[in-house]
Amino acid sequence: MMVATALAIVRMRHLFAVVMLSGVFSLLSALLFVTLDAVDVAFTEAAVGAGISTVLLLGTIALTSRTERLTVNFEWLPLLVCLVTGAVLIYGTLDMPNFGSADAPVHQHVAPGYFERTPHEIDVPNVVTAILASYRGYDTLGEVVVVFTAGVGVIALISGLGRGGRRGRGGRPGKEA
Amino acid sequence: MRHHLILRTITKLLVAPILMFALYVQFHGDFSPGGGFQAGVLFAVAFILYGTVFSLAQVQAVFPPWLVHKLVALGVLIYAGTGVVSMLLGANYLDYDVLGAHPEHGQHNGILAVEIGVGVTVASVMIAVYYAFAGRPPTISDEDW
Amino acid sequence: MDFEFIVGHLNYWLFIVLMMTGLYVVVARGNLVKKIVGLNLFQTAVFMLYISVGKVSGGTAPIFPADMKIDESVVYSNPLPHVLILTAIVVGVATTALGLALIVRIREEYDTIEESHILTAELAIARRELADMDGER
Repeated sequence: MMVATALAIVRMRHLFAVVMLSGVFSLLSALLFVTLDAVDVAFTEAAVGAGISTVLLLGTIALTSRTERLTVNFEWLPLLVCLVTGAVLIYGTLDMPNFGSADAPVHQHVAPGYFERTPHEIDVPNVVTAILASYRGYDTLGEVVVVFTAGVGVIALISGLGRGGRRGRGGRPGKEA
Repeated sequence: MRHHLILRTITKLLVAPILMFALYVQFHGDFSPGGGFQAGVLFAVAFILYGTVFSLAQVQAVFPPWLVHKLVALGVLIYAGTGVVSMLLGANYLDYDVLGAHPEHGQHNGILAVEIGVGVTVASVMIAVYYAFAGRPPTISDEDW
Repeated sequence: MDFEFIVGHLNYWLFIVLMMTGLYVVVARGNLVKKIVGLNLFQTAVFMLYISVGKVSGGTAPIFPADMKIDESVVYSNPLPHVLILTAIVVGVATTALGLALIVRIREEYDTIEESHILTAELAIARRELADMDGER
């Protein structure tokens, strides 16, 4: 079902439909995350992917244009690049452990330590929160700074807050006086 | 959207529960799925919904842009400040053991403070981005959709 | 290559198909908004790959009971990928917003969001500047 949605996104030229389909895609992936036991992630994906990004994309096409121009000729090179990359990636998965196997290398090293230490060191039932805010506090601090920087970038680009130096307003006479 | 009576009524009913739910997610993140990131997004969604159905001017009267821009920075400061406080109390940066009478209480307080910082930043960044996009004059009129 | 191997790897292969679909949209389509949607597809596929790596069969969500009485027999899925992806989603939407803001500015300068049209406009500007320099000489 997700593959069908993705293919529909490729085919559609009406941008409104593309945006709506990407919202559907996010919601489907949130459902998948629930079945894969990642409830926190599913929650975030449902709120962010299906909610905020759809609103932002709609805002953008309201500011730009609604339809995609027809690409004149079909090009083989991009398709070839994608197929080769996909083939290499699939070759890479051949060495990976089976889906859901408990003795996979991922589950051997760091994660058991978190499960052991969380009850007596942090005493918080939700292990995801414990790792997020405490064991990997530096990581999260970095992520928050990235969000902050992106927000500042958007404000600087399009919120029209510039007080001086913008076109049509001239320089800052106050500073020179 | 002045003529959509149903949308306007439902929005009025929904905004308060969404804000309540965001606060619940924020402060109950230790025990159930949730935390600062999700709470921030939900909090922003309440304002975005209000702004979309009513008007940008009305939502900006409630939550003015200058305040949003200050809060963007305040969240990061809360997060980083928690680390500085723990450092001043003699522990490593972002090591919360010293923030309470007992190491576990310290961890609880530290996680709470950090999550509030995350929530404030995420919510205000999302609202600021929405204001920025909605504040531009659109090129497509409402009837063309 | 037996049946169990194929079933155990099918999820990875499906995610790679999704990923390549996203990549194709980014590379082959000229519309900038559509490129961003393709980038989101790619990103979500990577998230799903990570989360599926963290899954333990028969496991449950990594949340202890609220009274912290931990039952040793319960298997939990790996929480580490969840943490990484949780933050990555929010960062992803923030960077998407930045990209969209750039698109809005591009639209205001060039009056189009098609890559080929932007290239034509750029070429025209470059030719004009070159001609101006020749004229001064």
